[in-house]
Amino acid sequence: MKNQRKRGTARFFLLGPQRHRPTVVTAVRALGLSGNDLRVATVTAGWQEREGEDQELRDHLVGSTTNLELYRRAERVFERDPELATAHRERQDLFRRMQAAYRARLRFAIDACREMGRGAELGDDVYRIEWSAAMDAVRDLDRAHLERVREAREAFDERWRPTERDAVARERKEIREILERVNVLAIAGGQVAVLGNRLRLFGIGEMWGGKPVVAWSAGAMAIVERIIVFHDSPPHGPGNPEVLDVGLGWCSGVVPLPHARRRLRLDDRERISRTATRFQPDRCVALDDGSGLEWTGSRWEAWPGTRLLHSDGTVTEMEPSSAGRTPATQEVA
Amino acid sequence: MTLAIAELMAGGPPSPEAIDRFLTSHSFPLVEGPSVTFVYRGQADAVNLKHMVYGLPSMQPFRRLEGTDLWHLVLELPERSRVEYKLEVVANGTGMWIEDPLNPHRSRDPFGTNSVAHGAGYAVPEWTLEDPDARRGTLREAVIPSAALGRDAHVTLYLPARLRPTRRYPLLVVHDGGDYLHYASIQTVLDNLIHRLEMAETVVALSHPVERLAEYPNNPDHARFMAEELVPWLESELPLQGTPEGRCLMGASFGAVASLSTAWRYPGMFGRLLLQSGSFAFTDIGRSERGPAFEPVVRFVNEFRSRPAAVSERLFVSCGVYESLIYENRSLVPLLQSTGMEVRYVEARDGHNWENWRDRLRDGLSWLLPGPLWMIYE
Repeated sequence: MKNQRKRGTARFFLLGPQRHRPTVVTAVRALGLSGNDLRVATVTAGWQEREGEDQELRDHLVGSTTNLELYRRAERVFERDPELATAHRERQDLFRRMQAAYRARLRFAIDACREMGRGAELGDDVYRIEWSAAMDAVRDLDRAHLERVREAREAFDERWRPTERDAVARERKEIREILERVNVLAIAGGQVAVLGNRLRLFGIGEMWGGKPVVAWSAGAMAIVERIIVFHDSPPHGPGNPEVLDVGLGWCSGVVPLPHARRRLRLDDRERISRTATRFQPDRCVALDDGSGLEWTGSRWEAWPGTRLLHSDGTVTEMEPSSAGRTPATQEVA
Repeated sequence: MTLAIAELMAGGPPSPEAIDRFLTSHSFPLVEGPSVTFVYRGQADAVNLKHMVYGLPSMQPFRRLEGTDLWHLVLELPERSRVEYKLEVVANGTGMWIEDPLNPHRSRDPFGTNSVAHGAGYAVPEWTLEDPDARRGTLREAVIPSAALGRDAHVTLYLPARLRPTRRYPLLVVHDGGDYLHYASIQTVLDNLIHRLEMAETVVALSHPVERLAEYPNNPDHARFMAEELVPWLESELPLQGTPEGRCLMGASFGAVASLSTAWRYPGMFGRLLLQSGSFAFTDIGRSERGPAFEPVVRFVNEFRSRPAAVSERLFVSCGVYESLIYENRSLVPLLQSTGMEVRYVEARDGHNWENWRDRLRDGLSWLLPGPLWMIYE
């Protein structure tokens, strides 16, 4: 029920990377918007200092677009409100240390899971039971970490009340005026923590008013309930997906995995099985170029080419619908 | 598999034209599975392969193909090996060392140029080559008056592209910085690893020794310069993190000894160490036979072995299996691990040379100073 309430009747599009195959405009057209009807607020804060280099995106959208400039606004806030800037930096330091501690524990928990999995694969029931317990331990660790992050965020918000501070309130007033004029919010990828922090700092969730949201890559990761960061083959050895932060929770039920083809070993059944099982009941969705998910207000539908990770270790493409988008309620509802 | 050289010889002594065809239709040294055929053509009394592989006789004679001026030698090289060598051509009783005229691959080091043989499966890592998409960092020269060294110390600073004064960057201090620049392509490697988000945007101080054999082997003045002069100066001049995990000290050979011994004298200051083919000579009994330059090294390593201590947090150690120091490095690793420091150890089928150290930079730097790869999803 909670998820239902959060999703509401708003439309969400979670898309794959846009650089080589831009599809934002496809999502916008699906909303029946184009030309003069289309007024988009964009968020490119994940690009950090390159936030303003958005001409390509503007050209692609062919409509009225206004960049909310959340990164630049945040920099201005930190300049005007050094007390908040210091508190923000200290909180980020705390998050970094918490993440390092969680990562260290996670490594051993995942190793145990992997080892039990090897035994279970040989058909040993003892190992099958232990695998299940080891997986529970991983999930408990994820849950506890997420809870600690949530508590730290809440403590910060309660103490510093960022949205009520003058420097933030001034920016929020301008942002609200923009949001009132537009009918779509487009959130680009980039640095996922920076993006999530800026969206949260200005309380965009409270101001966006339930209008359609098109988000891709890190943008898609930031607006679901949990931000999961991942790379199966980082240059320094095998990586384990990590719970990074509480997402904005505007929509739920899925873990978006952009650049899955490049970042995940999709042919490694053991890893896929572990990842898919670990994040249940959410569904892990591979978002590569051209793929996407659409929340219609009552269910998730998938675009052609969108793939799902299954707990049996397989990765399958969702069945295409005759409309060209895929009803995937059996998997992602 | 019949080797190409055997096929050439199969019908008796080949004609000069057949040799010409053989030479133009292959690249040399000729890699065929695990066999590598070295070839030299010319008049000589003898031809020898002089290589730097510890464990093999350092000089391997070529055989002349009866009735021709073609000399050849077949060596078995394990996969992904990289071997630096020269040819010794002996004529009229005089031996001359030359680079292999048939091999375009060369490596350079402070002593000159060597030819390089690549075993099957070895390729120059693409991240060591210039990438037009990667923004280039800038190099800036700095002079720091050093009371510890009693001279002005010259340091080359690498500043990552788009350095911003509002951010805080980790610091990497590199021993033998000039050699890393000239022979290990470190500027290109830094540009590429930072561009690919595999390594953090990092300020790098490339130091230049004057008397490295005196300054590097556990010299207290050198350590004082690093810890009390150079790093504080850099942290006052540049937007640096100024924390142990944001300070990395690295070096190769004696530079690795200088890195570890500096960290030993200033425990906790450098949270990251990158030690490549460290000259960590030690003795269990008696004297080291490595020569007088190693005496302070042996004293230091013996002391460290008797009282191993956690001087840093995370260490990346690498060594080539074709260098004599492999024994010392393999011996050191469990000792480092026993202190509770996090240690990664990598071996390569390579020797004591700058391209070996270049090829290990990605593994080391991306682990010690990881970039935001995990955080960026464009």
